[in-house]
Amino acid sequence: MPINLSGEMKRVRIESVREIARNVYVLEYKRFFEFEAGQIIPVALTPDEPPRLYSIASGEKEENIQVLFNVVSQGQLTPALSELKEGDYIWSSAGFGKFTGTSGKACWIAQGTGVAPFSSMFRSGQREDKILIHGGRYADSFYYSDEFEPVLKEKYIRCCSREIVPGTFQGRVTDYLNTVEELSGDSLYYLCGSSEMVVETRDLLIKKGVPFRKIVGEIYF
Amino acid sequence: MEDVAKEKLFGMRPEEVAEVCRTLDMPKYAAGQIVDWLYKKSILSIDGMTNLAGKYREALKEKYEIGLYPPSKVEESVDGTKKYLYQSGIKKFVEAAYIPDGERATLCVSSQVGCKMGCLFCMTGKQGFQGNLSAGEIVNQIHSLPERDKLTSVVYMGMGEPFDNLENVLRSIEILTAEWGYGWSPRRITVSTIGIIPAMQAFLERSEANLAVSLHTPFEDERRMLMPVEQVYPLPEVLNTIRSWDFGRQRRISFEYILFKNLNDTPRHVKELARLLNGMRCRINLIRFHPIPDTPLEGSDDQAVQAFKDALNKKDILTTVRASRGEDIWAACGLLSTREMTKK
Repeated sequence: MPINLSGEMKRVRIESVREIARNVYVLEYKRFFEFEAGQIIPVALTPDEPPRLYSIASGEKEENIQVLFNVVSQGQLTPALSELKEGDYIWSSAGFGKFTGTSGKACWIAQGTGVAPFSSMFRSGQREDKILIHGGRYADSFYYSDEFEPVLKEKYIRCCSREIVPGTFQGRVTDYLNTVEELSGDSLYYLCGSSEMVVETRDLLIKKGVPFRKIVGEIYF
Repeated sequence: MEDVAKEKLFGMRPEEVAEVCRTLDMPKYAAGQIVDWLYKKSILSIDGMTNLAGKYREALKEKYEIGLYPPSKVEESVDGTKKYLYQSGIKKFVEAAYIPDGERATLCVSSQVGCKMGCLFCMTGKQGFQGNLSAGEIVNQIHSLPERDKLTSVVYMGMGEPFDNLENVLRSIEILTAEWGYGWSPRRITVSTIGIIPAMQAFLERSEANLAVSLHTPFEDERRMLMPVEQVYPLPEVLNTIRSWDFGRQRRISFEYILFKNLNDTPRHVKELARLLNGMRCRINLIRFHPIPDTPLEGSDDQAVQAFKDALNKKDILTTVRASRGEDIWAACGLLSTREMTKK
């Protein structure tokens, strides 16, 4: 059941698959379409199997499309994806979706690989008036931190839930948000992660006075 | 509940039952007998399959169980509506709502334990996602219902997004409609979705059941605040998919629309709905919002609901208001199961 929302699924050649943290990989292939930062692409090993949807992690003008994924041990797709090498093929299509960025003030809140759309926005030039709050379990869960940290500085907040790591908040994203006394009312809040994280964070933001119209969520479907 | 380690027969197709019989060296005709016991009769254990030889029943019991289980709890409203709770694993519960209405009776069934769609107005979404129901577990909500014989229709509008569990939902419809199953007309079945397009296309191709789509606002910028799925499968593409499908004369397409005060109940919304649905043979079901804990949303009042309905009907869009039923027992889908789940 291929998704054909933005054109046909196409066979694409892998440029590289590299492990950047425990069980977390970045897959790259040559970009063959224009897209807007924050959009998603379908990924499948064959044209006949149902694809999974992934946010594009790379910038709009980069030569390669990057897909950030973690390996789900019982998963049908990700263990096989992690084994792919340069020259292997996957099936994908052009990007689609509406979880796209803003030139205005925004607070990006991500869990785990949910940082991918924000990485794409950041690499596409959306850097001014942006705050990134990223939740991860371990010290190595803060993917692309070497890019975010020098630019966003104190507006890049890492929340580490399972290890004590200097320079990070110890706890989950929601724990961190609970410590913030006042949240900006004129900012847009972008949430990306599991449904539990998005729902819990959205409820918390609303409780702290953020209008629901200012909150958009992208869930790992 | 029976031993969870055993494989469940309920939910199997005849060819799968035949394979079970083959592996257990049972005669070929036994498969038909077992299928009859599963879907045409009411037994709770393999011992009840009295036309099977004792040795075959024993062989079956070694590895299999029926897989039917009664509701673990029921709450009854003053208006006759009943909410049944079915257990699906440890601390996992799903709800089925039995809604009698004169000569008719509808059962609203669940397709997942929890939900991962995260709609702002939904209580089930607050539980998070705990798992898919098997086809057997979906049909069990119907088979084990005390009022089963009174049912005139089934709607997949309970907990979960049916099209996030497509294969089990399709299989459950097959069981309900097949001659070897319950032999229902597919027109008695309606599946409701928030609009997962690829699965919706597959459903339209592979079943004859009716389709309902949760719309809730015609404007994309509002819908993305209410329903995260809008980011991935935008409403215009959902509607294009529906428009491209020939529903024939019997198969129904309807749109669910919960009315929220000062959010989606204005003349601007009527106008845009009329534009979007122009020429489509469909119905809009207006639903009063049942408040859930910590929600920023408020339901429209009765006057606004009536005015919205009248305005849409004037635009030649067949619009009805779903009667609020069982408000004293369930308010919103997901409340009862959440309460049960969080009990110590």
